[in-house]
Parts: sequence; structure tokens; C-alpha cells
Amino acid sequence: MGLYEEIGGAPAVDAAVDIFYRKVLKDPRISRFFTGVDMAKQAAKQKSFLTMAFGGPNNYTGLDMRKGHAHLVQRGLDDSHFDAVVEDLGATLKELKVPDHLIAQVAAIAETTRSDVLGK
Amino acid sequence: MPRVAFQGASYEAGELSVLDCLTARGHAVPSACRAGVCQSCLMRAVRGAVPDKAQAGLTPTMTARGLFLACQCFPTEDLEVALADDAIERTDATVSGIDRLNDDIHAVHLRPSRPFAYRPGQFLRLFMDSRTSRNYSLASVPTLDDDLELHVRRFSGGLVSGWIFEQLKPGDTVAISEAFGDCFYVPGKPDQNILLLGTGCGLAPLYGIARDALNSQHRGKIRLYHGARDSRGLYFTERLRQIEAAHPNFRYRPCISGEASADGYWAGTPLELALTDNPDLTGWRVYLCGNPQMVDAARIETFLAGAASSEIFADPFLPTAAPPAFAVYVSPASSS
Repeated sequence: MGLYEEIGGAPAVDAAVDIFYRKVLKDPRISRFFTGVDMAKQAAKQKSFLTMAFGGPNNYTGLDMRKGHAHLVQRGLDDSHFDAVVEDLGATLKELKVPDHLIAQVAAIAETTRSDVLGK
Repeated sequence: MPRVAFQGASYEAGELSVLDCLTARGHAVPSACRAGVCQSCLMRAVRGAVPDKAQAGLTPTMTARGLFLACQCFPTEDLEVALADDAIERTDATVSGIDRLNDDIHAVHLRPSRPFAYRPGQFLRLFMDSRTSRNYSLASVPTLDDDLELHVRRFSGGLVSGWIFEQLKPGDTVAISEAFGDCFYVPGKPDQNILLLGTGCGLAPLYGIARDALNSQHRGKIRLYHGARDSRGLYFTERLRQIEAAHPNFRYRPCISGEASADGYWAGTPLELALTDNPDLTGWRVYLCGNPQMVDAARIETFLAGAASSEIFADPFLPTAAPPAFAVYVSPASSS
């Protein structure tokens, strides 16, 4: 069984998305990157991100990640902010009682996007 | 083999998704993740039923409108599909009345020439001529009202609102589009609490949604906050107080943000007052209509107060894109 099925698939993404997005919006380290964005579209994007991080179906490429975050890199997005997002993601999964070894796998997948997200 | 009809042509779907079937024929259908998540490829089924999988993750209002994800839709029967925001039908309607609601807002009553399906809270496009149109929200309820009712706010220099205020009269015939939008009441959770928050003529959809919910025997709390700078910017206050008196689960708060509150009004913005009265919105359904800044702020604040992102429905009345000199405000299609 793959990571995505082990975590619980699409229902797990649905359960996690609001908890995760609320943590991000309330996180003073990163909330400024989310001001003025369309929340409805943003919630759909958070879902795409979680699906990917959970090892689920997605067709995002490194180039999509670069393009999608370039405007944030211009506004100062760096490693510390990336770390904050990964931390919020871990806290979300802990709240949902996901076992630690699965959280580590999710963090590892998120980690693979770091250089593209930060435009390095 | 099921076929897919789109913009007057029809194609055999084969093993392809609706998205791949149409893009292979050169149609521009927006898409991004192609995995059923990002909702960029939303389309609408005009005829035929789509498989359940094509609607996974959509809100109940989207499903009720026949919206589906083109990348996840492998047709099992013939379908006719349209881009989610496309106006595909026009109907003639006779102006049956025009009422003044306040200095800036008039109600336009329309009688369509043929049966017109809509849900209270949706909006339609009203055509001044073949090329010029604006979107207006519906305040009427099909099961309660004979005619359609639109609330039109006049903007200085507004092309269409100026025409409606100065030239349109009872007996005239106008063209209207079909109804659009995701901001409407869906029966099925009669005990869920509902928050309705609006400014200016954003009351129109909320008035329709509130009456639709009450008429559907909704049992949860229904809280309506309508805001304006001063009491002259509000309207329907007497009607809404009557509804409040008749329904114990409905509460109406006319809010004034620009001056000290007079008797019977509350001081503050509708968002502030709503969150003070209802600080925990966990499990609530939320409808937001009117001023786009208010709607954006309220989306985030009500979400942080506990409302699920899938239960927040919004209809920001965005300015018409061009020309910039005209401050004409319309409600957008569901692009936002």
C-alpha cells in the first residue's frame, strides 16, 4: 500500500485542508504571503499541495512550482518560510493523529519541492 | 459510444476524458493539475448526467448546477457540455414593475416570456443592447414570487444602471441570460446554522436565500447582517423585521458603520457585528454578498472563526473591467 492510501486518500486531504490552511493563515512567520489572495482559489491550491505531499495523484512539474511561487520569491520567500510551512503541515497531521513515520514521509515529499518553490 | 456535444459540434469520447476529448479537437478548455484537484477545468453539463467521480470534491451548490471536472469526466452517456461561465441562453422578459428601494437602489421586476429556472441568490445578465449587459442578483424565490426581482444600484456614470434608472419602464421588453452563480441555498441540512452577510444591494441574494431557507422549513439559526454607512443606505428593514417577528430562528441586524446608531440599528460593520455575536462558526454555512473588500475580508475571518472553506459561499460585486472611468459594479460569474 502506498503512502497516499495509508494516510487515507482524498478524505484525508479533505480533513487536513482547512486545519492546515488555518494554521498557515494564523502563522505570523508566513501569513503575509497569503494576504490579498482569493481564498476560494487558495483552498483548492492547498488541496493540490496536500494531495501531492501525501503521495497522491498529481501532474505538477518543477516548472509549475517555480512559476507558481516566483512572485512570492520576489517578495522575500526563503528557506525559513518553507520550513514554517512544513512545520505547519506536520502539526496538522499530528492533530489528525497520523503516525510519525508517515508524517516523516510527507515531510520528505514536501522537501523535494524546496528548490523549485524557492527558485534556486 | 457516448458522445460529447460542445459549442455546436459533437465528438465521440472514446476512452478520453471530456477535457482531453475537447482539447484534442482544438478547443481551449482551461486546466492545470489534470488530477481532479485544482478545479481549473470546471465545466457544466447542459444535458446528460456525468459520473459521480467527475463531481468529487465539489460543493453541493456546484453539483446542483451540473458543474463537473472535465479532467475526471469519462462519459458513460451522451453529454452536452459548456464552459462553466458561458451564458448559453437568452430569454425575453417584460418589465412588470420598478420600485424605489432607497436613493440609490431600485427593484426591477421582470416577467420572463417562458419558464425560467433559477435558484434564489443566483444572478443573471440583463442586456441593455446586444453587446452591453451587467449582472444583477435575484432577490426573488421561484416558489414564492411570480416575477423575477433584481436590485439595481445606480453608479454615477454607470451606463446600464443609468439606463435602468432613467429609461427603463414597465411594459418594456428586455433580454436576460439564464441564471448563474454558486451562492444559493441547498436543502438537506435543516439544522445547520446559516450566516448571511451583505452590504448595499448585496442584500438581494441574501433576501432570496433567507426566504428560500425559511420556506424550506430550515430549522437552524439564520442570522442576517446587512450593512451600509448610514440608515439611508439600507432598505427592506420593515419587511425583514416582519420576517424576524414571524420566525423565531431568523434574526435580522441592520448595521450602520458610518455614524452613531439610531434606534433599531446596530453600530459597526456587518462583519464585526456578526463575529461578535457568533464568535465560533464551526459547522455554520456562510453566504457573503456585496462589496468585494468586505467579501474578501469576511471569507478569511469567517474561515478563521471555524466555518469550513467548502461551506463559505461568496458573491463579490466586482467593478466592470472597462472602461475604468465608469464605476459600474456587477456581480461576477463564478470565476472568483
